[in-house]
Amino acid sequence: MTATIQAKPASTEHISTRARVAKVFTDSGVVTWRNVMNVRRNPEWLLGATAFPIMFVLMFAYVFGGAIGGPGGDSSQYREFLIAGIFAQTVAFNSSYTVIGFASDLQKGIIDRFRSLPMSRLAVILGRTTADQVLSVVVLVVMSACGLLIGWRIRGSFLDAVLGYLMILLFAFAMSWIGAYIGLIARSVEVANSAGLIWMFPLTFVSSAFVPQESLPGVLGPIADWNPFTAAVNATRDLFNNPSPAGWPEPSGWPAENAALYAILSCVAIIAIFAPLATAQYRRVASK
Amino acid sequence: MSENDRQVAVRARDLVKTYGSTRALDGVDLEVPSGKVLGLLGPNGAGKTTTVRILTTLLKPDSGEAWVAGRDVLAEPDSVRRVIGLSGQYAAVDENLTGFENLYMVGRLYGQNKATARARARELLARFQLDEAADRPSKGYSGGMRRRLDLAGALVAEPTVVILDEPTTGLDPRGRIEMWEVIKELVADGTTVLLTTQYLEEADQLADSIVVIDKGRVIARGTADELKSQISGERLELVVSTVDELPATAKVLAEVGAAEPAIDEHTRRVDVIVDTGPKALVEALRLLDAQNVVVQDVALHRPTLDDVFLSLTGSRAESEGEQ
Ligand SMILES: Nc1ncnc2c1ncn2[C@@H]1O[C@H](COP(=O)(O)OP(=O)(O)OP(=O)(O)O)[C@@H](O)[C@H]1O
Ligand SMILES: [Mg+2]
Repeated sequence: MTATIQAKPASTEHISTRARVAKVFTDSGVVTWRNVMNVRRNPEWLLGATAFPIMFVLMFAYVFGGAIGGPGGDSSQYREFLIAGIFAQTVAFNSSYTVIGFASDLQKGIIDRFRSLPMSRLAVILGRTTADQVLSVVVLVVMSACGLLIGWRIRGSFLDAVLGYLMILLFAFAMSWIGAYIGLIARSVEVANSAGLIWMFPLTFVSSAFVPQESLPGVLGPIADWNPFTAAVNATRDLFNNPSPAGWPEPSGWPAENAALYAILSCVAIIAIFAPLATAQYRRVASK
Repeated sequence: MSENDRQVAVRARDLVKTYGSTRALDGVDLEVPSGKVLGLLGPNGAGKTTTVRILTTLLKPDSGEAWVAGRDVLAEPDSVRRVIGLSGQYAAVDENLTGFENLYMVGRLYGQNKATARARARELLARFQLDEAADRPSKGYSGGMRRRLDLAGALVAEPTVVILDEPTTGLDPRGRIEMWEVIKELVADGTTVLLTTQYLEEADQLADSIVVIDKGRVIARGTADELKSQISGERLELVVSTVDELPATAKVLAEVGAAEPAIDEHTRRVDVIVDTGPKALVEALRLLDAQNVVVQDVALHRPTLDDVFLSLTGSRAESEGEQ
């Protein structure tokens, strides 16, 4: 063989902390782009992500609404009450895309490819949870349109409305870190599929999303009161200025009276717990 | 970096990795000199992928050490990742991204700026004859195209060491030959290559030296020629016209041969290793003619790597009472 061997310079052997942090952000940006592209190439995703919540809106607004929503079968106040809960539920269910996304990347060897690159580990997860927020925004636009069609209105100020949406997005972000962790523990896409969804039902139904939380029996009442999901829903409802239907008991207790504060604190706590867990699991998972 | 490290691009010492009671690797040593190709050859479950995953920082061994381009794989994994390119056993392409997007993404993650990543992606796509399909989602690519795209991904940052895990498994003959060409070009550019394969022909074609592993242990090493010469002499092969003639034929071949002949009833073939080919051939035909055995076909050839491989892995398996 007559090859000439060139010693190629090992690029930037010593990297400053600042450059490292910058790399986390650029890498996260690249991974976010990749995940968003993945969804754009599968537009039927939007159908899957919105069909469920639209069905819920129709069921609760028109099937149960008459019974739940107060006397005389007038469910218009209930429909207005419902939408904040639907928003929060929609983005919570969205986190199952994180779960499935990770499980499928693991299965297809994409994670191995990432791990063989000199990139930030955190970026693989951050890129996924961030991409989820892009998707959440798209879904919230669709669901807002759906809400407007059935008579829901934002009755507060513009600024409060923006804060209401931000509240939902913060909650969505927290949920997708839980999703990331579950996706990285799941052993297959099939497991991820059910593991990603199953905990959604107690989370979103033992709450103030569809019924007055005061009406829940036994221990479910306090659970609903302290459920971060309830807090996110109540805070958003307050910001949209969507009252409970006339004659409903006002929720009481510290979490209800400080819904926004409690919602923010619990979201931050969830991220603080699940971000390190997910990162550690990422490190462990492929090195088996 | 010592002078020795400059000459040895990949070195593994006594790698051990167990999964429960399975010893996936049971003390593997290997060295790849800079600019050379090492073929890591072994049957299913031999430990090829496990070795590759350790060398590419994806897996930590239970014990043992490894260096790539003078960097300690265990102590400085990030530094190793900067100088290697990996193409794993199953092509890790993102199906929903186009060929271009896949390579662009990898370039960006290596820290290239947008313009560089774009230019490099186009360059590689052209080199791997993927330029026509470059802007189609890779979902629609053939197996060979995916494999080439995956390999292109490994080359984005011009690595000094490229590690390929069964690069041609699942490709049709044409795809395989195309992949061989690509690998040969890489080597001509001075890149060090470690490739795993189950095909002796492939190791013979591409590798400067070969390490044969089975059940996590190295069972032979050397150049293709050295391995072939481990089985001395030549192989004499006869096909007779009826099954009834097989015992007599075997008896004759046992006489002229240097080892026990092997009989295949299905193809009515008997073969044996002989020391001096032409002489044994003439003698065998004379003896068979005297017994009126009708020989339909006769061949004499040097042992192939397959013979070496089978004699190495086969005998080992038998001695442990499996098979
Ligand atoms: N994650 C794992 N858990 C348990 N056993 C494993 C795991 N990975 C590999 N093994 C076992 O280790 C051994 C070596 O596996 P490895 O994948 O390295 O073989 P290989 O030579 O690459 O085989 P193939 O040609 O099939 O790809 C096999 O017995 C395999 O079953
Ligand atoms: Mg393998």
